[in-house]
Amino acid sequence: MKITKKDVEHVATLARLQFDDEELDLFTHQLNDILGYFEKLQQVDTTNVEPSTHAVQLTNALREDIQKESLSAEKSLQNAPDSERSYFKVPKIIEV
Amino acid sequence: MGDELFRLTIHELHGLLTRKEIRAAEIVRSVFDRIDAVEDNVRAYITLTRDLALKQAQEAEEEILGGSAGPLTGIPLAIKDVLCTAGTATSCGSKILATFVPPYDATVITRIKAEHGVFVGKTNMDEFAMGSSTETSFFGPVLNPWDPARVPGGSSGGSAAAVAADECIASLGTDTGGSIRQPAAYCGVVGLKPTYGRVSRFGLIAYASSLDQIGPVTKDVEDAAILMNCISGYDGRDSTSVNRDVPDYTKALTGDVKGLTLGIPGEYFIDGLDHDVASAVRTAIRELERQGATVREISLPHTQYAVAAYYLIAPAEASSNLARYDGVTYGYRSSTADNLQHMYERSRSEGFGPEVKRRIMLGTYALSAGYYDAYYKKASQVRTLIRRDFEEAFKQCDLIVTPTVPAPAFKLGEMMNDPLSMYLLDIFTVPANLAGLPGISVPCGFDQNGLPIGLQILGNFFEEKKVLGCAYCFEQTTQWHARRPPLE
Repeated sequence: MKITKKDVEHVATLARLQFDDEELDLFTHQLNDILGYFEKLQQVDTTNVEPSTHAVQLTNALREDIQKESLSAEKSLQNAPDSERSYFKVPKIIEV
Repeated sequence: MGDELFRLTIHELHGLLTRKEIRAAEIVRSVFDRIDAVEDNVRAYITLTRDLALKQAQEAEEEILGGSAGPLTGIPLAIKDVLCTAGTATSCGSKILATFVPPYDATVITRIKAEHGVFVGKTNMDEFAMGSSTETSFFGPVLNPWDPARVPGGSSGGSAAAVAADECIASLGTDTGGSIRQPAAYCGVVGLKPTYGRVSRFGLIAYASSLDQIGPVTKDVEDAAILMNCISGYDGRDSTSVNRDVPDYTKALTGDVKGLTLGIPGEYFIDGLDHDVASAVRTAIRELERQGATVREISLPHTQYAVAAYYLIAPAEASSNLARYDGVTYGYRSSTADNLQHMYERSRSEGFGPEVKRRIMLGTYALSAGYYDAYYKKASQVRTLIRRDFEEAFKQCDLIVTPTVPAPAFKLGEMMNDPLSMYLLDIFTVPANLAGLPGISVPCGFDQNGLPIGLQILGNFFEEKKVLGCAYCFEQTTQWHARRPPLE
C-alpha cells in the first residue's frame, strides 16, 4: 500500500494537524518508508489468532458510586490558556 | 567526605543517615554542587527544585531524628518530566506543556513523599517519551556522560544520564518500548521496567497506555529493589493497576543463581549485533553459568515482527491519547486562531515537535477507515503471538538473558533524519512491553570506544524478584556498575 500526499493531507485533517507543502512531502516519504517496513507483518499467519489490546487480561475496575474528593474549579482552571469565572474560554463557535 | 556524598547509593547513604554520621541537607548540598559542576556538559534536567529539596531534607532530618526513617528518607531523587508533580512544572519534554504545572501528584510521587524522599528536579526526555535518544525534547538533547558527542538513549535519557553523572542518587523513568532499559544500557547504569500493572500510572502523562510502565534507574541493583519496594502496589486510581501483594524485593538479593535456568534466545544474537556487544553478553552469560545457573538455548520466533507491531500499536494509542492537547483546558494555545477549528489545528501544529506529529500521523492512519484490519488489528494479533512465544519460553527457563540494545550509544544527530533506523534499534526491548513482562538492564562491560554495554534480563509476570536476584549476582561478581564516567 502506497500512501499519497493526498492521503497524508487527509490524515492530517483527521489528526487536527497542519503541514506546509515541504512537510507534507517529507511526511509522505517517511510514512511510506515506515509503512513499507510494516508490510513484514503480512508474512505472519494470524488465522484464528485473537488480537491483544493489553498485555495482561484486564477486567473492568469498578468502585462504589460514592462521591470522592476531586479538584476544585479553581485548581482545574489554573492551567487554562483562557478562562472567565469558572469557565474555560474558547474562540466563538457559532456565528450569530 | 561531605563533598563526595553525591557518588554514593541509596543504601550507602541510608546507613550513614541512620547512624547520624551525616545529615540529609549535606547530601542535598553535595548533589547540587555536583550539578553545578557538571550539568552544562550533561543537560540532564529540565527543572531543578533546589529550594524544595532543601526544605524536604529538613523534614527528612526530623524523621531521622525521630527514629522513623524509611529507606528513601533524605535521599535526593530525580524524576522524569512525564510524571506529574504538584506545584512543579511538568513539561513532558514538549512545547505544548512547557508551562504546565500539575495540580496533583502522580501516585509514585505521593509514595516517595510518604517516605520523605527528596526531589532534586525533573529530568529531560524525548517529547512525550517518543524517541530513543532524548533528541526530540523541546528543551534540547541530553549528552551522554561517557561521551558528549553521543546520545544518552531515550526516552528516559535525562534520568539515566543524571544517575550516571552522579547528579542525583537515583531516578524514576518510564518504559513504553525500552525507554528505561535502553538509556540505562547507553549510560552504564541499572534500569528496571516492572510488570505491566505492578506500579500505578496515575499521574503519568500517557503515551501508549497498554505499554507504559514506571520504573527505577539506579547506580546498582540493590537501589532498584529499594525503589521498587516504595513505588509498587495497587492503586484504585489506575484501572490497570494489579491488586497483588508486593514482596520485599531486597530479600531477592542473595547473590545466588544456583538452580536458575537462563534461556538464551537465538533470535537476539543476529547479524546486525555489534561485535563488542555480542562478546560482552556472551561473557556475561558464561559468568552466570560459572555462578551456578543453567543455560539453555530457547526460541522466540516472532521477535523479528516486534518492532513493526510496536510501531503500529504505540502510535495508534498515542494518536488517541494526545487528542486531548487541543489548547482548551491546559497546555499551549496558538494566539493566531480566530475560530475553534483553527485553534485546535494551530495549537497542536505549533505545540508538537516532528517526532510526535509523525507518530500521531502513523497512528491516525493505522486506525482510519479501510486500514484498521491491515495495520492495527494485524499488529494486535502479532502481539498475541509474541506473548505466546514468551509463555512457551518460560516453560523451559526461569529468566531470559539478552543484549539490551544491538549496539552502544550512537552519535547525536546520526539518526535524526532516518526515523525507521532509529525505531529498529528497539528490537530487543519492545517485546517485553508488548508482552507486559518485567526486564532489567545492568552494565556488563564496555566497547572499544569505552562506551557502556547493557545486559538485559527478562522475567515472567510479576517475577521481578528473580530478575533482581540474577542481576544482583551478576553485578556483585563483575562490578561493571561501579565504573563512572570521567566527567569533571
